[in-house]
Amino acid sequence: MSKTPSAAARARYWRKNLSWLGALLSVWFMVSYGCGILFVDQLDKFKLGGVPLGFWFAQQGSIYVFVVLIAVYVLVMNRLDRELLGEKFQ
Amino acid sequence: MDVKTWTFLIVGLSFALYIAIAIRSRANSTGEFYVAGKGVPSLANGMATAADWMSAASFISMAGLISFMGRDGAMYLMGWTGGYVLLALLLAPYLRRFGKFTVPDFIGDRYYSNAARVVAVLCAVFVSFTYVAGQMRGVGVVFSRFLEVEVNTGVIVGMVIVLIYAVLGGMKGITYTQVAQYCVLIFAYLVPAIFISIMLTGNPVPQLGLGSNVLENGVPGTVSLLDKLNGLSADLGFQAYTDGQKSTIDVFFITAALMVGTAGLPHVIVRFYTVKRVKDARISAFWALLFIAILYTVAPAVGVFARTNLLETIPNKEYAALPDAKSEGGWFKNWERSDLIAWVDKNGDGKIQYTDGKAFVGKPSFRENSQGEPVLGKHGERLLANEKTEGVNELYVDRDIMVLANPEIAGLPNWVIALVAAGGLAAALSTAAGLLLVISTSVAHDLVKRTINPGISEKGELWTARIAAGGAVIIAGWFGINPPGFVAQVVAFAFGLAASSFFPAIILGIFWKRANLYGVISGMIVGIVFTSSYIIYFKFVNPAVNSSDHWLFGISPEGIGTIGMLVNFVIACGVSLVSKAPPAEVQDMVDRVRYPREALESTDS
Repeated sequence: MSKTPSAAARARYWRKNLSWLGALLSVWFMVSYGCGILFVDQLDKFKLGGVPLGFWFAQQGSIYVFVVLIAVYVLVMNRLDRELLGEKFQ
Repeated sequence: MDVKTWTFLIVGLSFALYIAIAIRSRANSTGEFYVAGKGVPSLANGMATAADWMSAASFISMAGLISFMGRDGAMYLMGWTGGYVLLALLLAPYLRRFGKFTVPDFIGDRYYSNAARVVAVLCAVFVSFTYVAGQMRGVGVVFSRFLEVEVNTGVIVGMVIVLIYAVLGGMKGITYTQVAQYCVLIFAYLVPAIFISIMLTGNPVPQLGLGSNVLENGVPGTVSLLDKLNGLSADLGFQAYTDGQKSTIDVFFITAALMVGTAGLPHVIVRFYTVKRVKDARISAFWALLFIAILYTVAPAVGVFARTNLLETIPNKEYAALPDAKSEGGWFKNWERSDLIAWVDKNGDGKIQYTDGKAFVGKPSFRENSQGEPVLGKHGERLLANEKTEGVNELYVDRDIMVLANPEIAGLPNWVIALVAAGGLAAALSTAAGLLLVISTSVAHDLVKRTINPGISEKGELWTARIAAGGAVIIAGWFGINPPGFVAQVVAFAFGLAASSFFPAIILGIFWKRANLYGVISGMIVGIVFTSSYIIYFKFVNPAVNSSDHWLFGISPEGIGTIGMLVNFVIACGVSLVSKAPPAEVQDMVDRVRYPREALESTDS
């Protein structure tokens, strides 16, 4: 049986986990509250395929980004788990 | 075949399918009853989570709300999907590692207190009942309109169906029924949307149809659908569809309250306990949001299609010239018979004037003679007892009917209309079943097993869970038949309460080891008291001043849960820092939640 990761490795794992969460939630905030609510009128001056851009972010775009965010999260966390656990990761 | 026959056929087949699945996958142990033996594949769990998450409100009401609110309707779209992101990133993986059955279990263990556990149980039960009542009402509306039975009969049929598969199958039965219900509901949502998208714009993808140009004589013209809708709205005196009506700060805070409130919904969190490993929980969270997004990105298109069709077909038409109820194209008079459309001929010209503003005060209250028959006006319309308003508008359209009426307004084939009815029922029943299971688990596991009678046998606990589920169905059905007049207000209440109580307690419990019992309890109490007094004041005590001039920073009662949550966080951190740190074994428990189990094996076993 392989050895259990050191306390330092665990602390590193948790720090990386937190910084990824911070990055993903910043994007989450920017597309929904930023593009969809706070700056919606400014973005509405541009159009995306017949839809004002701010309106598009509020009613379509933010949801697409949310799906991508969770996909990225799944991949990143699998990588972090593998780094921490080595061959014990399954 | 007519709509009614089609509806009986499709709804009957779908119900038979749900019951067959429940009988095949019934539960034999508490583990199977609570969390399906932790053996559900990620993809299936993703579908079940999506069906659980999307309630009657998502399926029946949301696109209708959006079609009346225009751009501001995005608060529901972003609120309910963005809240899911919070759930998937901040809560689900950690609670899954904790490995017990429920959220009250986590709160009770993390804050080493049975009092905290009981408070969490009560919150979970309150939130769940509020939600279930809404689902039952949705079932009743679909039954009364499409199968022409009493709303009460509809609610009872719904109760019996849920009773069979929730009590028999527990989480295992519910999970596989929900997979089937997801397939039914998404098919039922997409088929009419695709039909109407092709009719209006020629584009078979509704999300793209939203931005396409309108067909003119069968070929794409030069005017985009949204420009056309904005033009129609302007002609009739409505605000442009793509502009907002509410203030930015209010939209911001309501969206945040919806996000945080939904992230704390107990019936969705428990779904992540049903898969084998944390890794599977993360993947199934991805599948679930993907499946949810299919409906949520079509909903705004449905809102635009429905609004365009409504504004093109009804305003300035003569009431008497509209097709009769029960005949082809008779949707307007059908829904009038179901009390959900009402028309008052204010200027006596026999035409339906439709513009901004309310036609009369309150919800329609139709006049009846002493035999209980409707009293009709000179054009055949049902007369109202409501006080008329000053404005020109003569039409009342209930927002909840837009999705159900949409295929009829667009003149789609009868089987599509019946399919939508089956989809609405699938959405309502899947969410109701998930919530009922939370209530039964909370009572049997958190209250009886963990607090009142720890010595109870496995078999005894399973029976307690079944009886609690049965009792919960009956109470929920009672609320569906006798809906309290304040359901809408109570829903705002449930979101605000979840946002200002649970969410900070769970987040701090995972991400801050120093958070202790005293801090979290004081934070929860202040958060709940603040949020509920604000809502109670504006909704019940003094509704007359419920307007933006009197609100705190211009935030409506629907959005105040966000402030309550922030207050909760501040108090919980402050009090935790000045009182003593949680015991060492609780801090070890936080480690177990943060790291994969294999990383702690030497200290753990």
